[in-house]
Amino acid sequence: MELKNFFIKANNELENSEKKVKSRTITCKKCQKKISVSKIRDGNYVCPKCGHYFPIRARRRILMLTDKKSFVEMDKDLESINILNFPEYEEKLEASKIKSREKEGVICGVATINGHRLCIFSMDGNFMMGSMGAIVGEKITRLFEYATRKHLPVLGITVSGGARMQEGMISLLQMSKVSGAVKAHGNDGNLYIVLLTNPTTGGVDASFAMLGDITLAEPKARVGFAGPRVIEKSLNQSLPENFQLADRVLECGFIDAIVSRKNQKEYIGKILKIHENNGGF
Amino acid sequence: MSIIKNKSDFDIVLSARSEKRFTAKDYIYALITDFMEFHGDRYYGDDKAIIGGIGYLLDMPLTVIGIEKGKTIEERILHNFGSAHPEGYRKALRLMKQAEKFNRPVLCFVDTAGAYCGVDAEERGQGRAIAVNLAEMSDLKVPIISIVIGEGGSGGALALCHSDRIWMMEDAYFSVVSPESCANILWKDPKKADVAASALCLTANKLSDMGLIDKICKKKRLKELLSALREEYKQLMSLSSKELIKARYERFRKVGY
Repeated sequence: MELKNFFIKANNELENSEKKVKSRTITCKKCQKKISVSKIRDGNYVCPKCGHYFPIRARRRILMLTDKKSFVEMDKDLESINILNFPEYEEKLEASKIKSREKEGVICGVATINGHRLCIFSMDGNFMMGSMGAIVGEKITRLFEYATRKHLPVLGITVSGGARMQEGMISLLQMSKVSGAVKAHGNDGNLYIVLLTNPTTGGVDASFAMLGDITLAEPKARVGFAGPRVIEKSLNQSLPENFQLADRVLECGFIDAIVSRKNQKEYIGKILKIHENNGGF
Repeated sequence: MSIIKNKSDFDIVLSARSEKRFTAKDYIYALITDFMEFHGDRYYGDDKAIIGGIGYLLDMPLTVIGIEKGKTIEERILHNFGSAHPEGYRKALRLMKQAEKFNRPVLCFVDTAGAYCGVDAEERGQGRAIAVNLAEMSDLKVPIISIVIGEGGSGGALALCHSDRIWMMEDAYFSVVSPESCANILWKDPKKADVAASALCLTANKLSDMGLIDKICKKKRLKELLSALREEYKQLMSLSSKELIKARYERFRKVGY
């Protein structure tokens, strides 16, 4: 009885805090119109006026895609250290922790989607631009190893500027480390779904983001290896308008389907259902 | 006396880029007998930035792959300055899979400023090509040794380095980003490249101290290199493919944590 009351109280507090948020507005970067925060939240973080996709925090993504209260986080206390003694790295880590409200740039765990159990990792663009250092690589590798042992599918939600420079070769080699774990997971007949979100680039694009059995993307997500400015500078020419954007990358043959935010949970749930017995018959 | 004594880390980066250095072709013709070059990825084309084929290392047949920069300006243009397109990485993988089929080991010479940055490379899947190499090399059933002979430029170099052993020439570098780009991104000042070079820990000595590479090779000691390679393959080939793959997995698994 007491426990039940506790939950009711917690829920009330949550509702009150959400009421407070309702009065706030933000300006859409794309159409410059003012929109209330509650409208954006209720509309899957898509601008109701122009359809612009707002960035979403890693944890919010998981809540949006998984069944209520099903998510259990793993390795949540792993934190980066300045292993190379790289200038200004600690300050950047601290600033990212405040900005993202997370300890590192990826959240990993197990959850269900429409009742289907799976492992899930979600990267956070607010944490040093979603860059991959040793801890991001370690957490994702551990998740794949766990999924391999338990024969669970993995859903990866990617957003990243690439490998984290401040960790030098250690961060580059995370590409190899994670790719090995992805391959081993797949070798045992397990499913890996990638949801590419804006932007997925660099060393993450050139490793686990491009190794899914099924590769989905959000509309207009930028997906590519080299940054557009780097290419523009090195080629000294302007780039095609839809260059590296999801619909063009799909045309080039590297994405299975572009799925809007409001359909993602249902779409991924259907994929999981069809793989329920790993296609066994 | 070591040739890298008194050189700063950034000096080493500059010397790794020198046009006077041995390129992959020089190493291949010096170390491999009866080398036959094979072409094409069987999907799109033949990328001249990556060369590969078969031959003998002393008595042992093997597959050899190298990122080639070329020396004269004509050669450099022909080989796209050692910056590979996706078809280059796919050619390399095709040759590695062939090596696996015929149970011969693989040797890679790595020397690139990075994978090619361009609209065509992106649209043919540069990221996917590198990713697939990393994944497929992780459980290739034959031994792989990679030697960074000059520049180890980020993902474009890593795509040929998911190996049982990574060796480096003493005056080569291997880095997540070029020191110039790093300085430009972090401090908006490409002139701080020397500071970045030192902070990135990209020299053979530093990477060896961190346990990220397995051996530092002395320059101009080709005979030594030849016998070291033969000996290393002998050891690696004494393992079963299962043991080999497990050890390779562990090699990368332990990095960073």
